[in-house]
Amino acid sequence: MNATKRVCLSLTSLAAALAFSANALAADITGAGATFPYAVYTKWAEAYKGATGNQVNYQGIGSSGGVKQIKAKTVDFGGTDAPVKEEELDAMKMVQVPTVMGGVTIVMNVPGIESGKLKLDGATAADMFRGAITKWNDPAIAKLNPGVKLPDLAVTVAHRSDGSGTTYAFSHYLAKQSMAFKRDVGAGNTVNWPANGVGGKGNPGVAANVQKIAGAIGYVDIADAMKNKMNFVALKNKAGNYIVPNQDAVADAAAGANFKVKGMAPDLLDQSHKNAWPITSATYILAYEKGADAARQKGVVDFFTWSLNNGQKMAEDLGFVPLPASVVKMVEAEMKNIK
Amino acid sequence: MSEVTTPVDVHAAQVKKFKLQDLLFHQVTLVFAFIVLAALAGILISLAIEAMPVLKAFGPGFLWTNVWNVPEDQYGALSAIYGTVVTSIIALIIAVPVSFGIALFLTETCPVWLRRPLGTAIELLAGVPSIIYGIWGLFVFAPLFAKHVQPHLQAALGDVPVIGGWFAGPPIGIGILTAGIVLSLMVIPFVASVMRDVFETVPPPLKESAYGVGCTTWEVVTNVVLPYTRVGVIGGIMLGLGRALGETMAVTFVIGNANRIVGSLFAPGTSIASTLANEFGEADPGLHISALFALGLVLFIITFIVLAISQWLIKRGVAKQGK
Repeated sequence: MNATKRVCLSLTSLAAALAFSANALAADITGAGATFPYAVYTKWAEAYKGATGNQVNYQGIGSSGGVKQIKAKTVDFGGTDAPVKEEELDAMKMVQVPTVMGGVTIVMNVPGIESGKLKLDGATAADMFRGAITKWNDPAIAKLNPGVKLPDLAVTVAHRSDGSGTTYAFSHYLAKQSMAFKRDVGAGNTVNWPANGVGGKGNPGVAANVQKIAGAIGYVDIADAMKNKMNFVALKNKAGNYIVPNQDAVADAAAGANFKVKGMAPDLLDQSHKNAWPITSATYILAYEKGADAARQKGVVDFFTWSLNNGQKMAEDLGFVPLPASVVKMVEAEMKNIK
Repeated sequence: MSEVTTPVDVHAAQVKKFKLQDLLFHQVTLVFAFIVLAALAGILISLAIEAMPVLKAFGPGFLWTNVWNVPEDQYGALSAIYGTVVTSIIALIIAVPVSFGIALFLTETCPVWLRRPLGTAIELLAGVPSIIYGIWGLFVFAPLFAKHVQPHLQAALGDVPVIGGWFAGPPIGIGILTAGIVLSLMVIPFVASVMRDVFETVPPPLKESAYGVGCTTWEVVTNVVLPYTRVGVIGGIMLGLGRALGETMAVTFVIGNANRIVGSLFAPGTSIASTLANEFGEADPGLHISALFALGLVLFIITFIVLAISQWLIKRGVAKQGK
């Protein structure tokens, strides 16, 4: 009797272990795409593995790469900073949802001017980044900054040399502020920067250039700017207030946006909330409505559902901004379409 | 062979076996060698196919148009070609004399006990990954260069006609000249160690007889060592040039990555390899990707031209040596 019982028990536990490992194997998922959320996705994946035992691999290969890979069906989800258009989502039968937000901030290196003490509005910033304002003591800057002693120093524009979602968000913001910027520089992952520009690779490359070159003005993610203790510019938002970038200002920008659109990618730039940070953007994931492998499809939904509910603090610590609770609910509803 | 009749036939089987082995060996090595050719042809063909849309859209003008505007899909290779060639020339202008000095010192005047440690140090330098040179260039060299060298260069040469223009613009530390200098540091170990190796091939009796008739070290070098090793020296320089042309990461860090031609060497520029490294990851499908492939093709052709010139120089050198 006893022996039979023991055999039975071990058989059941073996079966359970097998079922568990089969389950774990089936739910191992891979994603690839935007580098901007790489830090937070890997952090989430690590915590998710600790909580559920399921493995998530994410490769930061760039937004265009992410879209290419999901189209080629080599990954379970693709990551992109530049949202895919509604028509294309319909044509590809894909679901797109935001996962986390961030902001791009203007940083500077002007001897004698402290962080947050220089004010710029969108139009003036656009003129600086298109090479029309070449000196820091230009009357246009002086007009916005009465009482600030501006040096007679050449402006050097520090920009990304690699194609990037950061450039995508920043150039779209400036193109909204100035037709001349749209014409001269353009808006996209890679744009046509002016002659007084210096390109650096990645956010750290731009940060290094700004810190090394006196008279430099550049743009980096808020997270990188904080990590490197860089000097911010206070930027005028749509409501007319000068805002110093921080995570609350990014969250305020999202509060006023309408996410109830196909693809869930409303324009977060230049929102009208009184404390909104003007250059706010979200990053997105793409998955097929009907995937070849139902278990892996479910794995994607499970991972992001878990992360959106348990990963806010992790995202904040890394300098990202979690989605507002109302938007998380909408994302969860939208992800029901991933089957 | 067939008319030689062997009286005993005991080795015939073995000979047949060896013949078969030889044949097999020959065929296998032939296949290996052919793989290289096939890979080369494959790369060239796939580059050409991918580059076709841009070459069709812009024609040969792609080579000499100075525009690289991604949002408007206008592409020309001139700024990248300019950056690649100018940085490589600067690198060689610095690296060749320095390497020459290093190789001469090591083979002619260096105390014997110092030869090994110095030689090893140079070989170690050649093994440093290029990204290290890039990081060092960006974080250590560029700020020092901007603060302590560029202003003085500007003060000394800024008013000289023509040359002054090379040193115009704000001294920001990164740019074409910095990229050339960092490249020269990367090239020196290669050129110097090749030069040292070929200088060592000069038979001692030749040198000793020259010293014997009262030549100075300099006379020995210019009249004996250099004429004897001309071919190898050219080969070493071309090896360095090849490395400079194709160097990617270090240049990406310090060249400033601006897709335009400004006359000044202080200004940021771009090279073919650095443009590829920067833009491939996020390039939009269509003309942008195609333009990057076309740049790759251009680099391929430039390298081929350099190789052809070096072969020609070496042939000429060998012909002269015979006389």
